[in-house]
Amino acid sequence: MSAVAEPVAERRLSERVRYWLPAVVVFALGIVAWQWVLPDVLGVESYVLPRFSDVIAAVRDNRTDLADGAWITFKEAFGGFVIGSAAAFVAALALARWRPFGDALMPYMIAANAIPIIAFAPITNAWFGILSPWSKITIAGVLCFFPVLVNTLRGLTSVNPESIELMRSYAAPERAVFRRVRIPSSLPFVFSALKVASVLAMIGAVVGDYFGGSTEALGVLILSSVALSRFDVAWAAILAASVLGIAFYAAISLAERYALRWHPSVGRRGS
Amino acid sequence: MTGEAVVSLRGVSKSFAKGGVTALQGIDLEVAKGEFVSLIGPSGCGKSTLLRVVGDIVEPSAGEVTVNGKPARRARLDRDYGIVFQSPVLYDWRTVAKNIALPLEMLGWDRSRRSARVEEMLDLVELTGFEKYHPWQLSGGMQQRVSIARALSFSPALLLMDEPFGALDEMTRERLNMELLRIWDETGSTVVFVTHSISEAVFLSTRVVVMSARPGRITSVLPVELPQPRTFETREDPSFFELVTRVREALHATGADEVEEALPLDEGIA
Repeated sequence: MSAVAEPVAERRLSERVRYWLPAVVVFALGIVAWQWVLPDVLGVESYVLPRFSDVIAAVRDNRTDLADGAWITFKEAFGGFVIGSAAAFVAALALARWRPFGDALMPYMIAANAIPIIAFAPITNAWFGILSPWSKITIAGVLCFFPVLVNTLRGLTSVNPESIELMRSYAAPERAVFRRVRIPSSLPFVFSALKVASVLAMIGAVVGDYFGGSTEALGVLILSSVALSRFDVAWAAILAASVLGIAFYAAISLAERYALRWHPSVGRRGS
Repeated sequence: MTGEAVVSLRGVSKSFAKGGVTALQGIDLEVAKGEFVSLIGPSGCGKSTLLRVVGDIVEPSAGEVTVNGKPARRARLDRDYGIVFQSPVLYDWRTVAKNIALPLEMLGWDRSRRSARVEEMLDLVELTGFEKYHPWQLSGGMQQRVSIARALSFSPALLLMDEPFGALDEMTRERLNMELLRIWDETGSTVVFVTHSISEAVFLSTRVVVMSARPGRITSVLPVELPQPRTFETREDPSFFELVTRVREALHATGADEVEEALPLDEGIA
């Protein structure tokens, strides 16, 4: 077994290197451009974009503030993500269970999905108070709600009719149809919505911070650093928010791969 | 046709509100215990609808349907039949074993009883060793065998099959035909089989029911008195060809070819 496995593993490794190499090169070129080409060749001023090494230095000098801010903002984003997505999932179940109801509300859901909900951020501050994390959680939650609702509902209802006929032939109650057919077959839809929602939740939390929040939050740190012309610190905070957002997205992707390990697209890649 | 009727249809009609299509009209048919009855007819003749009426998946507009002497609805609630569709309708998130066990879960069998039966079923359809596979890792023919195993897992007296081999290549189809006959023989079940292949209908059946389209009606019923069990040689028997010709003529008498030409896309309604 191992005698066979080794050359395969080697080939896999070289394939992986070939797959990732272009991405790594682009990343390195990006850093080089940021560090030298933009400031030295193109004369980009530091208030437009500070040098890469300056941003990294700012990250190092402000690491406790950044870590505290990231934690606060992440809690806001994650809270909104969980509450908004869970509410959307439950609502989608209800709308899929009682179809006429769902069909009546669907156009409004799609319309609501197109509303720039972030515009409500100052309003939620008025609801919960400027310093309350709940105003940010609400914005993040509402941002997550509609894409998860619309996608989940689509997943729950676009099931092969014969799958439902099969369950009917077993005299399966509606609950069993949901548990055994509709929910599992909606999961690919749910996870693509959750990935979008993770990004939206971060946007909601950071932008929510801009309208006021705990002085330690990442968004507030960005805003106050800009006000003080500390652009290196502002960029350091943006970098922290970016890393946080990517990590959040990656975590959802991992969860997706685990939950959908039965799925042809995942299984074929995995084994 | 001795023995009690497993399926009995009296004056069954079905019209769909959408477009006012009359899919079935005045269907009378009895299927006795242990019979293998094929429904054959042009596209849009309502043969798939008729199968769904028997299974109480589609409600007839008029007429009476009994299965095992009970109203069709009662029979469905009692899980009196197993059904196989043209596509295997396997759940990707379940392994082969768990797909086969699905109806057993619905019946509330415990785990050990389920796995024992799944093992028997895998043996029956010759898929032992594939229990941990996911459906998409199997070929089309293997998937359909899983689907048949699932339909038979709870030993229903009646097996309803809606063009189960229609999407498979000729070689696989012939092999599965043989396998189905062996299973039919071993389980002693009654089969109602929808097909649009004349030779398949003749090869498998004890009776072939020929239907016409628009409205869907039974135009003739041909007993197939070929020796049992059927083998690969059956297909070369002169009486096999004779029966194929008779079914073909019966189909032509319904104006099947014109209908097939004119309404090839309407199968979806049925």
